Amino acid sequence: MADNVKPRVRVPKTASKDEVITIKTLISHQMESGQRKDKDGKVIPRSIINRMTVEFNGQSVLDMTLEPAISTNPYVEFQAKVPESGEFKFTWYDDDGSVYEDVQKIEVA
Amino acid sequence: GFGNVTRALAQQALTQDQLLQFDGFGNLTLIHITDCHAHLKPVWFREPDTNIGVGEAAGRVPHVVGEAFQKLFGIAPRSPEAYALTYPDFVDLAKTYGRMGGFDRVATVVKAIRAARPDSILLDGGDTWHGSYTSLETRGEDMVRVFKALGSEAMTAHWEFTFGTERVKELVEMMDQPLLGANIFDAEWDEPAFEPYKIFEKGGLRVAVIGQAFPYLPIANPKWMFPEYSFGIREERMQAVVDEVRADGVDLVVMLSHNGFDVDHKMAGRVKGIDVILSGHTHDAVPEPVLVGKTIIIASGSHGKFVSRVDLDVQGGKMAGFRHKLIQIFSDVIAPDADMTALIDEIRAPYADKLSEVVGETEGLLYRRGNFNGTWDDLICDAIMAERDAEIALSPGVRWGASLIPGPITREDIHSVTSITYGQVYRNEMSGETLKTVMEDVADNIFNADPYYQQGGDMVRVGGLGYTIDPNAEMGNRISGMTLLRDNSPIDPARNYVVAGWASVNEGTEGPQIWDVVESHIRKLGKIPALGETSPITVKQ
Amino acid sequence: LRVLAQAAAPAAQPEMTADQWVAEFAGGAEVTDGDGVTLTAPEIAENGNTVPISVDAPGATEILLVASGNPVPGVAKFTFGPLAGNQAVSTRVRLAKTQDVMAIAKFTDGKVVRAKSNVKVTIGGCGG
Ligand SMILES: [Mn+2]
Ligand SMILES: [Mn+2]
Repeated sequence: MADNVKPRVRVPKTASKDEVITIKTLISHQMESGQRKDKDGKVIPRSIINRMTVEFNGQSVLDMTLEPAISTNPYVEFQAKVPESGEFKFTWYDDDGSVYEDVQKIEVA
Repeated sequence: GFGNVTRALAQQALTQDQLLQFDGFGNLTLIHITDCHAHLKPVWFREPDTNIGVGEAAGRVPHVVGEAFQKLFGIAPRSPEAYALTYPDFVDLAKTYGRMGGFDRVATVVKAIRAARPDSILLDGGDTWHGSYTSLETRGEDMVRVFKALGSEAMTAHWEFTFGTERVKELVEMMDQPLLGANIFDAEWDEPAFEPYKIFEKGGLRVAVIGQAFPYLPIANPKWMFPEYSFGIREERMQAVVDEVRADGVDLVVMLSHNGFDVDHKMAGRVKGIDVILSGHTHDAVPEPVLVGKTIIIASGSHGKFVSRVDLDVQGGKMAGFRHKLIQIFSDVIAPDADMTALIDEIRAPYADKLSEVVGETEGLLYRRGNFNGTWDDLICDAIMAERDAEIALSPGVRWGASLIPGPITREDIHSVTSITYGQVYRNEMSGETLKTVMEDVADNIFNADPYYQQGGDMVRVGGLGYTIDPNAEMGNRISGMTLLRDNSPIDPARNYVVAGWASVNEGTEGPQIWDVVESHIRKLGKIPALGETSPITVKQ
Repeated sequence: LRVLAQAAAPAAQPEMTADQWVAEFAGGAEVTDGDGVTLTAPEIAENGNTVPISVDAPGATEILLVASGNPVPGVAKFTFGPLAGNQAVSTRVRLAKTQDVMAIAKFTDGKVVRAKSNVKVTIGGCGG
């Protein structure tokens, strides 16, 4: 199990109807590539976040597949359309089976 | 010393009035100083004998040196201008015309321009806090004080960041001016980390000054010292910022740049809407503006030798005309400003004995500036090999560091060419193959035909190693004939060599400080003989 | 100047080549180089372990990022949902050496378009 995995996201608190907003996500994770060797020359097993999904009120914004070439502490920036007040749900899937979630509310004025 | 003699000779050839003479023009003046590298006192500084341009820059300013430079700009050989701007007869002319620069002289010039032109903006192009004994001891504070006293109105940066993020923030707090950098971003969230620009209101005009910090700081310098920041050329960002200030209705757009000349030249052709680029980093002293489309590029040299004055006629939101002078700071001709002299004396007083201590003597000219090893670099490499018992020495191809004419070498002189916050002299083994890779890598960072891939230094200096370089070849094919000078054997890719050097960008590098290594070596030799004319480096052109 | 050589990456497992990644993504469609996809990458990586890459492909349904010089060339695949604000994303990637990074975008009309950008990964050091 990966240690100290902590998602952080930046979503505006408010938007106007159908506004396109910028979202930034970071998740602290070592993203062990499976390409490195330890001091004894043994390959360190791969352990990465392999998928991230973003939904708004149950509808998909982005579905991303990550390979070992994604850097430590994966960062993703993208834009979403906000048709109404509601919740963004962010989900990260770890190789070890762990699932991490974050939810952010946004108000449409 | 030569002091009184040079003063008399220099004053026969020149007067302060001549140096400052300028027929005022238009309605705004920009004053530009850059890359002084914390040299508060006058210095000798020999301009390069080799400055190879590649691709479109071949043979173009600033890649013109010596007699060709004199011809291009109509400068008489052996004239004061020839001494200030080119290398021939340097030692001879240094004895005639004396040292250049000194911030009490710079202060006199700035005050005179301001008196004539109240609507002026003084801008500092960076590499200001770094490069001397006192700047290292005071961690840049001496320079912040001097530029505050000078009334500098905005700056951008490069070596400033090698004091580390926390110190940069402290010094920015102490300043009366902003540190501008449209291309400095927070590395974590990718958001602007410094003010991108400042809008000045002068004489009814609104002037946007946009900062562009050195793009390759985390590559050329230790990124672990400022991990919070990301830089880069970021052409799209510069265009966006120019568009933003244009939309705000400014009358003039100035880019205060630490890109280096060739990068600025390319950027001027691609980013639309910049009127004036004040160019720094590559230390070029160019006596006339270079025009790219409607943009003018001004390059103001280094080490306090020059101050650029640019008078502009700005009408209806457009630059209608310009007049420019690269003012040469002959220290024996320009009267020092008493207040600034007092401040500099106060800054230096605690270190006076250390600074002035003579550690040896040189019989030849010591200089660094040029694409390949200078005599200062040879001496530094010799010191490294002798003091660290190495077969090969590597020394960074930086463009800072004053020259020395035959005579005493003081501790301050050694610091002028070595002062740095990561001066540890490492010693380790390196395979012949790795050595070649390192040399090719550095060569491509200097001679890549695309300026956006150039980092603006010079070729890594080597000791104990001969080689041939073809600057116009492709990456990986520039370096050949690498030879270990100790026994004239070809460098074997498979063999390990004992290599020592300084200014490693790796965290945790261990070893004695480079200035102590150089001082110890010079003390042992006492007198440094003039070096021969033959070089183990061959340049194919 | 950086003097410690970077540790060489271990030999890759039998893996798909960059071309195979692209072909699998394209699913038999012809891949053209051309307009419609903008890839933004630095000229020189500040740090080969974290190189910022942005891609913008208005109207695309999916984008694949490929690092042709990496032991595993595939980097990431982005599938845009109905609430995507546009078809632009930024992320940070590891590049083992100087190489071409590619973004391949799939559009609703079946077109598959590729953009390339060369990123230099350098040892570094020195300066003016
Ligand atoms: Mn400089
Ligand atoms: Mn610089």
